[in-house]
Amino acid sequence: MLSRVGETLYWVARYVERAENVARLINVNNMLMMDLPKGVCAGWEPLIDIIGARIAYQENHNDYSEQKALRYLLVGSDNSSSILNSIISARESARTIRDVMPRDVWEEINSLYYYVKDNQKEGLTKRGRFSYLKQIIESAHLIFGMLDATINHDDGFTFIRFGSLIERADMTSRILDIRSETLITAEEAKPYENIQWISLLRSLSAYQMYRQEMGVRVQRADVLEFVMQSEVFPRAILFCLMELQAQISVLPNSNSLISLIEKSIKKLKTEDVRHLKNGLLHNYIDNIQIELANIHNELAQTYFLKQPQ
Amino acid sequence: MSIDWKAYKTNGFFDELIDAQGNIRSHGHNLAQFFASLSEEELVKARAVADLAIKEMGITFTVYNEGNMIDRAWPFDIIPRTIGKKEWQNVEIGLKQRVKALNLFIDDLYHDQKIIKEGIFPKGLLEKSVNFRKQCIGINPPNKIWAHICGSDLVRDGKGTMYVLEDNLRVPSGVSYMLENRSVMKRVFPELFEQTAILPVDDYPSQLFDMLSAMSPRKDDKPEVVVLTPGVFNSAYFEHCYLAQEMGCELVEGRDLVVEKDDCVYMRTIKGLQRVDVIYRRIDDLYLDPEAFLPESQLGVAGLMRAWSKGNVALVNAPGAGVADDKVVYAYVPEIIKYYLGEAPKIENVPTFKCLDPKECDHVIKNIDKLVVKPANESGGYGLLIGPKSTKKQQQETIAQIKADPRNWVAQPTLDLSTVPTFDGRLVEGRHADLRPFILSSGDDTQITTGGLTRVAMIKDSLVVNSSQGGGSKDTWIVDEEGK
Repeated sequence: MLSRVGETLYWVARYVERAENVARLINVNNMLMMDLPKGVCAGWEPLIDIIGARIAYQENHNDYSEQKALRYLLVGSDNSSSILNSIISARESARTIRDVMPRDVWEEINSLYYYVKDNQKEGLTKRGRFSYLKQIIESAHLIFGMLDATINHDDGFTFIRFGSLIERADMTSRILDIRSETLITAEEAKPYENIQWISLLRSLSAYQMYRQEMGVRVQRADVLEFVMQSEVFPRAILFCLMELQAQISVLPNSNSLISLIEKSIKKLKTEDVRHLKNGLLHNYIDNIQIELANIHNELAQTYFLKQPQ
Repeated sequence: MSIDWKAYKTNGFFDELIDAQGNIRSHGHNLAQFFASLSEEELVKARAVADLAIKEMGITFTVYNEGNMIDRAWPFDIIPRTIGKKEWQNVEIGLKQRVKALNLFIDDLYHDQKIIKEGIFPKGLLEKSVNFRKQCIGINPPNKIWAHICGSDLVRDGKGTMYVLEDNLRVPSGVSYMLENRSVMKRVFPELFEQTAILPVDDYPSQLFDMLSAMSPRKDDKPEVVVLTPGVFNSAYFEHCYLAQEMGCELVEGRDLVVEKDDCVYMRTIKGLQRVDVIYRRIDDLYLDPEAFLPESQLGVAGLMRAWSKGNVALVNAPGAGVADDKVVYAYVPEIIKYYLGEAPKIENVPTFKCLDPKECDHVIKNIDKLVVKPANESGGYGLLIGPKSTKKQQQETIAQIKADPRNWVAQPTLDLSTVPTFDGRLVEGRHADLRPFILSSGDDTQITTGGLTRVAMIKDSLVVNSSQGGGSKDTWIVDEEGK
C-alpha cells in the first residue's frame, strides 16, 4: 500500500466520522433545548467549544443564536469542522484514491456530499432538521458498514479503522469535557442535572447501552466510568484504544506505536475516573487528548508520505 | 409525442441511423423501433435517470478556468450510435495496419532514420518537430513498440466513407467514458440489451493490463504495474482512477515514486520501497522527469528516463512516441504505411494541405474561409479555425500565425461530418459526431476496442465534439446483425 493512499484512507474515515459526530451532537442538543427551560440551557455555545472553534467563531459572529451557530456547524464555509466541510474534505480525499475505494463507497460519499449541500435549507429549519441530520448519520453508518463488508481487511482497512477510532475517541473526550464543565458550574441547573447527563449519553448514542451495562440510574460517576472506561461500548475511550491495539498488529514496523497505545490503555484502566473532580477531570481529559494526538503523530511519522525536503 | 423516424430529417448529411431515403439502417433496426415505442415522457425520464446515474457514479471530467469548480458531470446522450459488425471488422484491419506502421516509423526515427535518408519524409520536418525527443535516440523499448496505446479519431464524410482524422499517441484519453457510457445505458435501458446482439466492451481493462504486464522488464515475477497521474486537477483524472481501479493496480503520483542508485524505480509504501516494473504514464513527456526534461516539473520523477533507457522499467506510451502524433506528420501517414508495409492504407486520411509546402500554403491562405485550419501540436480543439464559421478578423489572425510558422499548420476541407439522432430534452435531431477507438499494441498482439468513444456535438450544427468545448458522448454499439 502506498504511503499516500494509507494516509488518505485514514483522513477519509476521520472526516466522515467527524461529520457524523457533529450531526449527532446537533441533533441531541436540539432535543435537549426543547426539554430545558430558557436560562438553564446553555444553548448552542457549548457545541462551538466541543469542536474547538470558539476563537474562530467569534471572529465572524457576535452571538450564539440558533441560526448563526447552526449555520456555522452545518454548512459554515469558515468552519473546517462543519458537516459540509468535513464531507467535502472526505469526498475530495476519496477522489484521489478512487482506485482503491470500493465503487459503492465512493458513490455513497459522493451522494452524501450532494445531499448535505443540496438540502442545507432543511437543516436550518426546525422542522426539517431532524430528518436532515438523521440522513447524514445513516449515510455515514452506511459508508463504514460498506467499507467493513466490501474492502479487504488489510493495511488499508487498518488505516480506515485508525482514522475512525481516533476521531471517535477524541470526540468523546471533547463532549465529556465541555458537557461536564457547563453542567456543574450552572447551580440553578441542579434539578435538571439528570436530564443533562442523559443528553450527554445520547450525544454519544450511549443511553441505551448505558442502561444495559450500568443499571437504570443515570449519575455522574457511572456516566464517567461508562463513557471513558467501558470495554464494550464502541464510543467509550478505552474501547477505542483497545480496538486500536487489536488492529495494529497487521501493520509493519509498529513497535513504537504499539507501546504508545499500550501505555495509554494501562493509564486509563488504572485511573479512578469515577471520582475525578471537575478541574481534575478537565486536566485528565486534556491528557487523553494529548495522548491521542501522540498516537496520530507516531502513525503519521511511521507510515505517511513525507514532504520532500 | 414519441419519435417518428419518418419525420426525422438527415438534411443532406450522412446519418448513422437513417439513410438518404429515410429508411432505418439494418444495424439500427431494433434500436429505432425501441425508441419509437417510448413516449416523450419516458424519453425525458430516461434522460433524467441517466443524468442522475452519472452524477451518482461520479463520472466527471475536469475543466480549466472555472474557479473552484473542478469537476463537471459528463454530458451524455441516451440514444446509442450503432455500427454494423461487418463494417467494423474492416475498420479494425485498417487501424491495425496504421498503428503497426506508426510504430515502425517512430522506431526508425529514433534509430537509422531510413525513411528520411530515402527521401520520403522531409528532414526539415523532424528538425522542427516539438515532439521529437533527442533523449530517446538509440533506445530500444521492448518489442520496438513505442505507441502501445493509440486513440485514432474516425469521421465520415457526406458519402459515409470513414476517414482517420487524427491519431493520438501521447496520452490519449476517453476510454473510461466509453466503458461508463455502456454501464449507464445498462442501468437506463436494460431491456434493450436483451433484444439486440450488442458486442460487449468491458474486456478493455483486462486487455490493457495484459499488454502492460507484457512490457515488464522482469519476466519471471508478477510485474508491478502502476498508473502515473499528474493528480486530481488533471482533466482526465477520473479516467486515471478508473483504469487503475479496473486493473487493480496502484494509482501513483510523481511524489510516490523514486529512482534509487541502482537506476530502478520504486514506490513509497507503508512497508518501505517497492520495485515498479511498468508505468502507464498519463503525464506528458516534458513533465516526466525533471532531470531529462523540464527541470521545474513537480509532477514527474527524477531519474525516470535513466531507469527507462537502461531497460529497468517500461514506460507506456514510450517517451517520444508523440513525434508521430502531430498534424503535419499525419499528412504523411499514407506514405508511411506504404514505405514500411508496402501496402495501401485501408482507411484513408482526410485530404490534408501542408502549409510547409509553399504551393499548398498559398492555397490554404486563399481558401481559408472554406477550410478547417489546425495547429500541429494542440489537442482538445484549441487553436482550431473553422473557416466557414469564422470572422474575417479570426481568419486574418490565423493567416498571420501560419505565415510566422508554416510548418506548424495544416488544413483540411470542412467535412460534412455524419450525424446521429440525439435527444436534446425536447426533440430528436441529428448532431455531428466522430468516433475514437483505442488500439493496444504489445508487439505480440494488437487489440482494438469494440467500437470506441462516440463524441457528439451537443449543439445544433456544431462540428466541435471535444468535451472541453461543449461536446458530449454516446454509447457505441457494434451490432451483430446475424445475432439474435
